[in-house]
Amino acid sequence: MVHGRRSRSFYALSILFGAFVLFLYGPMVTVILLAFQGPDGGLTFPMNGASLHWFADIFQPQSIGDIWGSFDRSIKLGMMVMLATVVVSFLTGLAYRKKFRGSSVLFYVVIASLIMPSIVVSLGIGSMFELLGIERSWWSSAFGAHLTWTLPFGLLIMFAVFNRFDPAYEEAARDLGASGWQTIRHVVLPIVAPSLIGVALFGFTLSYDEIARTSQSVGALNTLPMELQAMQTNVTTPVIYALGAYTTALSLVVIGVSLVLVLAFRWRQKRFGSDADKGMV
Amino acid sequence: MEWLRSRSAYLQAAPLSLIFLLFFVLPIAMVVVVSFFDYQAYQILIPDFVLFNYQDVFSSEVTYRTYFITFRFCLMVWAITLVLGFAIAYFLAFHIRTITMQIVLFLLCTIPFWTSIVIRMIAWIPLLGRNGLVNNALVASGFTDAPVEWLLYSEFAVVIGYVHLYTLFMIVPIFNSMMRIDRSLLEAATDAGASGWQTTWNVIVPLCKPGIAIGSIFVVAMVMGDFVTVNVLGGGQVASVGKAIAAELSYLQFPPAAANSMVLLGVVILLIMLLMRFADIRKEL
Repeated sequence: MVHGRRSRSFYALSILFGAFVLFLYGPMVTVILLAFQGPDGGLTFPMNGASLHWFADIFQPQSIGDIWGSFDRSIKLGMMVMLATVVVSFLTGLAYRKKFRGSSVLFYVVIASLIMPSIVVSLGIGSMFELLGIERSWWSSAFGAHLTWTLPFGLLIMFAVFNRFDPAYEEAARDLGASGWQTIRHVVLPIVAPSLIGVALFGFTLSYDEIARTSQSVGALNTLPMELQAMQTNVTTPVIYALGAYTTALSLVVIGVSLVLVLAFRWRQKRFGSDADKGMV
Repeated sequence: MEWLRSRSAYLQAAPLSLIFLLFFVLPIAMVVVVSFFDYQAYQILIPDFVLFNYQDVFSSEVTYRTYFITFRFCLMVWAITLVLGFAIAYFLAFHIRTITMQIVLFLLCTIPFWTSIVIRMIAWIPLLGRNGLVNNALVASGFTDAPVEWLLYSEFAVVIGYVHLYTLFMIVPIFNSMMRIDRSLLEAATDAGASGWQTTWNVIVPLCKPGIAIGSIFVVAMVMGDFVTVNVLGGGQVASVGKAIAAELSYLQFPPAAANSMVLLGVVILLIMLLMRFADIRKEL
C-alpha cells in the first residue's frame, strides 16, 4: 500500500479529488470569466464579447449599494481585528504555557464561541448595545463580534505552535541573564513570528469575510460582505462579478504577501538564527 | 518569583478574558434575559418577565417544520461532507507520498476559501440558474427539454452551497487524525490478511474518530445556525431555523428571536454532546 504499484483505489480517489477541486474552483472561475463580459453582457453565459468594461464601471458611481464606503470600512476593520487577534492570541498563548486558575473555564468559553451559532452572538451583542443605549457601529460592536470569531482560531494556532516549542530556548536565555521581557522579545517572538503571520492572515480574512456575527452588531454603516449580500438580489449587471474578481485578487495578494513574509522569516532564521555548529566566533 | 510568574500569566490572559466577557459571555446572558422581555412595534425591548416568547416558539407548527427542514439539511450535509471529506483526507494522507505534494494539494483546496463567502455563493447563480451553464448543458445534451427549475433557489442549491463551504472543515481534522496513525499498524493489518476495505473500516476509521467528531461538530454547528447560505441560494423559497431568527430580527422582534435562539442553542448543545460521546475530543486539542 505504501510502496510499489498504484492500487485501483488510488486512481478512483485521484478522479474524486480532481472532481472536488473542479467543484471548489468552478464558481470562482465562472465569476472571474463573467467579469470580463462585454458592455452589453448579462449575468449569465454566453459571453457577449470580452472587455474590461465592468472592471472600470465599478469605479463609477453605482445606483445601488455603497461599495467603496463599505470596502473602506471592511479593510479598516480587518486590519484592527488582525492586529488585536495577533497580540491577544500571542499573549494568551504565553499565559497557557504556565498554570493559572480559570484556564480551563476560559478555554471552554473560547471553544464555545467557535461553535456558538453566529446569529445568537450577533443578537446578544446587538441587544446588549441596545439596552445600554450605546449606538452600534462597525468599529465598536462589530469589532468585538469579529474578535469572538477570530480569537478562537488564533488561540488554537498558538496552542499548536507552543506545543512544539522547546522550553530549552527560554531556559538558555534566562540562564544567560535575559529578563522575562528580553526572553520574549529576542527569543520567543522571532521563533514564533512565522506562525504569527498565519494568525494575522486568519484574523484579517475571517474578519474581511464575516457576515453572520456582523449582521446585528454593525449598526447603520455596512461592511463589504453585508453590502454585497444586500446588493445581490438587486444587481442586474456583471459589475458584481468584477467586484468578486477584485476581492478574490485582493485575497490572493494577502495570501501571497503572507507567504513571502513567512519565507523571509524562515530565510532569516536560517541565515542568522543559529551559530551552534560554527564553533568559536 | 513563582508568584510573579503566575501573576504574569493572569496579566497575559487578561485581554482575552475581558474580550470574551464583554462580547461573548455578557451578550449570551443578554439573549437569555431578552428572551423573557416584552416588545412592541415602537419599542424593541421592554424589560419584563413573560413566557409568551417561548410559548409562541413551542406552540407554533412552523417551528417544528423549520426544525425538521434544518435537521434534514444537517443530516444530508453531514453525510456528504463526511464521506467526501474522509475520501479526500484518505487520498492526501495515504496515497500522496511526499509531504511537499501533500502541502501543494492541500493549498489547492484551501485557496478558494480565502475569497468572499457571498461572492462564492453568488457564483452559483450563473452555473445553476435558469439560463446557467448546467441547464444549458442539460438541454443541449437532450437530457431535458426545458431548463430544470430546482437547481437554483432550492434546497438542492442550499445543500450544494453547504458542501462547497464546509467539506474542508471535515477534511482538515480527519487528515490530522490520519497523519497520526502509525503506518506499521496498516502493514500489520495487511500482513494479517486484511483487504484494503477491511483495513480502512477496522483500523483507519476507528483511529480517525476524534477527527471525524471534530469535523462533524463544526459542520453541524455551522449548518444549524446558518442563515446566509439559505438566504442567497434558497432565494426566499427555503426555510431554516437561522433564517427564521434572522427574519424576526429584520422586523426588530428581538425577544421572540432571543427565545428562538435559546431553543436553537439548546438543540445545538444536545447535538454536540451526542457527537462527543463518539470520541474524546479533549485529547486532540
